[in-house]
Amino acid sequence: MTMIFGVPMAVFMGQLTLGLVNGAFYALLSLGLAVIFGLLKIVNFAHGAQYMLGAFAALLGFRYLGINYWLALVLVPLVIGGLGMLLERFLLRRIAHLDHLYGLLLTFGLALIIEGTLVNLFGVSGARYATPEILQGGLNLGFMFLPTYRAWVLVAALAMCLFTWFMIERTRLGAYLRAGTENSQLMQAFGVNVPLLITLTYGFGVGLAAFAGVLAAPLYPVSPTMGSSLLIVVFAVVVIGGMGSILGAILTGLGMGIIEGLTKVYYPEAANTVIFLVMILVLMLRPAGLFGKEA
Amino acid sequence: MTLIKKRLAASIAMAAATAVVATTAQAEISDDEVRIGYLADMSGTYRDLAGPGGLTALEMAVADFGGSVNGAPIVVFSADDRNSADVGANTVREWIDQRNVDMVAGLVASSVTIAVTKVLAENDRLGLVSGSAASSVTNEHCTPNHIHWVYDTYPLANGTAKAVVEQGGDTWFLLTADYAFGHALEADVTRVVEANGGEIVGGVRHPFPTSDFSSYILQAQGSGAKIVGLANAGADTVNAITTASQFGITQSGQQLAGLLIFLNDVHALGLEATQNLLLTTGWYWDMDEQSWEWAQRYFDEVGRMPTMVQAGIYSSTMHYLKAVEAAGTDEAQAVREQMASEPINDFFARNGRIREDGRMVHDMYLAQVKTPEASTGEWDLYEILSTIPAEEAYRPLSESQCSLVQN
Repeated sequence: MTMIFGVPMAVFMGQLTLGLVNGAFYALLSLGLAVIFGLLKIVNFAHGAQYMLGAFAALLGFRYLGINYWLALVLVPLVIGGLGMLLERFLLRRIAHLDHLYGLLLTFGLALIIEGTLVNLFGVSGARYATPEILQGGLNLGFMFLPTYRAWVLVAALAMCLFTWFMIERTRLGAYLRAGTENSQLMQAFGVNVPLLITLTYGFGVGLAAFAGVLAAPLYPVSPTMGSSLLIVVFAVVVIGGMGSILGAILTGLGMGIIEGLTKVYYPEAANTVIFLVMILVLMLRPAGLFGKEA
Repeated sequence: MTLIKKRLAASIAMAAATAVVATTAQAEISDDEVRIGYLADMSGTYRDLAGPGGLTALEMAVADFGGSVNGAPIVVFSADDRNSADVGANTVREWIDQRNVDMVAGLVASSVTIAVTKVLAENDRLGLVSGSAASSVTNEHCTPNHIHWVYDTYPLANGTAKAVVEQGGDTWFLLTADYAFGHALEADVTRVVEANGGEIVGGVRHPFPTSDFSSYILQAQGSGAKIVGLANAGADTVNAITTASQFGITQSGQQLAGLLIFLNDVHALGLEATQNLLLTTGWYWDMDEQSWEWAQRYFDEVGRMPTMVQAGIYSSTMHYLKAVEAAGTDEAQAVREQMASEPINDFFARNGRIREDGRMVHDMYLAQVKTPEASTGEWDLYEILSTIPAEEAYRPLSESQCSLVQN
């Protein structure tokens, strides 16, 4: 058997594939953060809680309303995104003129309140959300057995990332948005409703988190703490990619998933820290991040 | 002297005498209060196995005891240790310095327990450890100031690993949580597997906590071991079992062995994913009439069936309060001596006694998770297969490295 750094080729390829799946997940979550920060300059610490709410909405929607997975994949991001818009309209807007730190504190506080409430209601053991029937089973890739659902997560997450990138970088709406955040007074003079645009953007970012939450529901036990552990990693990904860079968030997410996956083979004890080591290195060598523009 | 005057004098004398007796009795109880601190993970990975439910169990014990000992009220404080040894040790230090707490109960993550019991020993207070698993708590980390109540990794390995090897599962791959508890369990399992003719062919130490186990499960599949042993606990175990079922580990001919599984884990995973799993437990709510009765009372308060840890918190607190009453003091060494002098036979413990290393040994049980067809209700999850007698279940004192044991 061919060996790569002392690990059989098949195992190596398998870990690479799993790293890519996790990476697509990181990409999707950090993308939402990057959109919100890049366009609104809000450090959204509620992102983990919003991701968790997505998973919970899918679970409760199925349990009490009989909403199936596919419907949840569409409805849940809309509902949670809508809640996000209310949050932007009635809370975040009031502090938009203040330092970033206030937005960070507000969203962090909200995240703690949401998580604490759900912990009290549901405990932390988590609940299972059934994998949709058509995505059950697995694919034999020759070097590994890949559960079909994980392959689907990879495809769905990447498709959503590309869609978002295209919307913001390649369409007229995206151009308005970028211009509006660059110089909102000028845009308003042209007759564009900038506050509405900002509300919609925040809602979209939150919707992305909720979409990731629905994707995660069949993978991990749905529990109130599922978001907080992920959030810190995702923030590290955004910092490495460059705060606010859309493409940077996607590529860094994928890259970090792979690096983390390989660490799990070669030195598993460091799997939770390797991303932060990369972050420190990047901050030392390129403070604006890999894809960020130097200020 | 008239009759009335005589009576008056007599009652004054009696009142004075009672007051003297009362004060001498109370003088032995510091601050005229028995102060108990409940320290546990109240919000993280281990919340559901002890957490707020454990606090309820403790308060039930205090209420059942009557709320006071020899006239001194029992006061309960509680705090979240967030599974951090620093947070736990600092909280307990503060409790002792500012509130003069006499006893600390709960104590879940082994790393927290080891840090806290050092603080307790320095200040000569008592700790009743109910949640922790590491057998090192009463081995190399033993102190004269704590008692380990419910279970530890030694009987877990002795029960589950032995049964699995005897059924033919003789090659093992271990997924170990990378901290004190995981290491202790790994060592105990390795010893039992090898002693019974099995072999450990590989393993991974994963960070605590971990949410994505896919990479480790893949490594376990690649190892070719018959048994994938889970030397972790709480959400980590739940995650690992979920991921293992997604990767079809049983279809590819391997079997899972969960070494520390709590009732709430099986409840969360569901019987479909956990059926036939072998496990070792210190107590089960439906194991007999006595247990069932207490569990129903707990259920009425909390809305969930108690885990062995929550039941153990009640049992240990009750035994402690009785000892304080009998000793007439809350001074740590006197209470501990009193506790060790009484055998423990209540709804929780059978053939229980406290050894000089601080280990409370009692009968343990080998159980199997029921199939969905065999289960009659939401909490009807285990079948008890056999009893592991107290004296066989735990590490014999002859192998002890505890400095309190003279070998």
